[in-house]
Amino acid sequence: MSKVPARLRLSIGLLLGRAAEAASRMLRLGAGGVIGGRVLVAVAPSAARDLAQGRHLTLVSGTNGKTTTTAYLTACLRTLGPVDTNADGANTRPGFVRSLAAGSAPRVVLETDEGWLPWAIAQTAAEVVVLLNLSRDQLHRNHEVRLVAQSWGRALDGVAHVVANVDDPSVVLAALGARTHTWVGLGSRWTQDSGLCPRCGAELERSLDDWWCYCGLRRPSPQWWLEDTDLVSATDRVALDLELPGQANQANAAMAIAAAAHWGVDPHQGAATLRRIGSVAGRYQVFERDGRRAQLILAKNPASWLEALEMVAGTTTPVVLAFNSEGVDGRDPSWLYDVPLSRFAGRPIVVTGRRATDMLVRLEMAGLHDVLRADDAESALALLPPGPVSVIANYTAFQEAREVLDDAG
Amino acid sequence: MPADSPTVVLVYPDVLGTYGDRGNAAALVHRARARGMRCRVLRVGVRDPLPVDADIYLIGGGEDSAVVAAAARLRHSHALDRAARNGAAIFGVCAGFQMLSAEFSGPDGVRHDGAGLLDVTCGRLEGPRAVGEVLCESAESLDMGFLTGFENHQGDARLGPDARPLGLLVRGVGNGDGRTEGAMQGRVIGTYLHGPALVRNDGLADHLLQLVCGPLPQLDDELVQQLRRERRASALSGHDRPRLGWGRRAGRLVRHLGHQR
Repeated sequence: MSKVPARLRLSIGLLLGRAAEAASRMLRLGAGGVIGGRVLVAVAPSAARDLAQGRHLTLVSGTNGKTTTTAYLTACLRTLGPVDTNADGANTRPGFVRSLAAGSAPRVVLETDEGWLPWAIAQTAAEVVVLLNLSRDQLHRNHEVRLVAQSWGRALDGVAHVVANVDDPSVVLAALGARTHTWVGLGSRWTQDSGLCPRCGAELERSLDDWWCYCGLRRPSPQWWLEDTDLVSATDRVALDLELPGQANQANAAMAIAAAAHWGVDPHQGAATLRRIGSVAGRYQVFERDGRRAQLILAKNPASWLEALEMVAGTTTPVVLAFNSEGVDGRDPSWLYDVPLSRFAGRPIVVTGRRATDMLVRLEMAGLHDVLRADDAESALALLPPGPVSVIANYTAFQEAREVLDDAG
Repeated sequence: MPADSPTVVLVYPDVLGTYGDRGNAAALVHRARARGMRCRVLRVGVRDPLPVDADIYLIGGGEDSAVVAAAARLRHSHALDRAARNGAAIFGVCAGFQMLSAEFSGPDGVRHDGAGLLDVTCGRLEGPRAVGEVLCESAESLDMGFLTGFENHQGDARLGPDARPLGLLVRGVGNGDGRTEGAMQGRVIGTYLHGPALVRNDGLADHLLQLVCGPLPQLDDELVQQLRRERRASALSGHDRPRLGWGRRAGRLVRHLGHQR
């Protein structure tokens, strides 16, 4: 096979990949995108490079906000013409390659797993990379945030353009090697992974909206920054007024609009597009069940639980907390103790999921005792009074809750 | 004199606390308060001086570069030595365990001096990182049944004559000798168990409290017992541990046999 020309290998790979995908669907093993991608990569290892050639690629990576920012940026760029993307969230090699193979639009926006970003940059020579944030997540797999940041830094050296969050020191250090930058100021609630300088290891100095180190690394001046619910530059102010809730989604929108502006999309037009998006891959989707209006919120690591807490703060809306520890959730849920869950006090709480007991013990340690337990999201809702409910779930629990509530509908 | 309202110090939580280590303080507070005792937690950042007159010191895990910086600061301050001489109980997890030892190896293999409160030398595990559920029987002198936790480390631990293991391994890698997990010496305890360890092991939390408060009344927590049963079952099933290839399994077996000799 090694003597078969790359073009022919790609064609064979595409054919076999599609066949595998169809077989997977026929056997009801799933949508088949991942197996299709695996077959394609096995037959044509340079498929990503071949399929990216001649197209304008933007990669979106970070611990939190990848899927939403990718959806936002795709929506903005579609005001210019067709865009291919991996809306299914398949963001490692097989899903990534399969998404490239699925269309031939001149513009491509791909959500990219943090660990796979160096590979994706090397393979596709993407022109633009959007870097959101780096924080602890799946520590059984990504043992140290610092190591991920270092691998990014090596991969980004010489990349044409990076759109980067100036409030995450690890992101800034990684982005510095790119040829040009759009710096965006997003603010940050979660700073527990950025206490030390990512370059020299000394303690970082911080003031309200600045950080710096005596080694010379410091927060770049942003071209765009968030002010209340507006995205602001030296010469412009764009009202976001998003349908999606929370500061985290304003940050996602800011990054998407800044990246889209680099490609020539008017920021006001971009924001108008984003206002029409009410749910991304089930996130913030609302399910009606017997008078309960359940909104699904994905919270998969301490930083995103903090954002989820912020979304329900100041209300007494009942919550369902769904918690698993499959591989993608992180197998060690110790980090639950990094999240101030006592802020859930003063509202009915129901816990579900395969690690529900860990969550119940965590809540007990936070002084929350009157917590109920249910087998799944649907039976959890039945234990709560009619009205709004926030269903906060980590990754696989989120998918399960979505399926259960979909089926129940 | 035993403390009736213990003060707990979280040591450098701003840089050592990667694995929910503050949960250990939450467990101590929970179990003290459930017995009507007051329990105060002081969070002392890496820039601030450590008090030497608190009752219990908790040292968590951290990223490698943070650990080297924090260990140097701890060593130079001598605060932990003085606290130990004042009768404090000291509990270190993962990197915190290594920092309490006489000497530990950084990620690049460079040796660093630890606080020297445990007669232990921590090197680097050969082979893959130890990641997964751990189950061990607590040391006979502790009499607290099994210990459960989650390990995620590349370090080992070789105990000298003054230190004793905290537990005997049933599942997991622990100290890397195939037999033991953690170490204790007087009122100082080190372990590779996250979980957090004092949440999952209420007996260990009570042991620390009793070291500084004297005997405490029995306190049953059915929810924690349920968590312990679930985690023990998970560790025994091996589902939470990545599968090793045959080559790595063989390597681990050879090392294990080597340690036994």
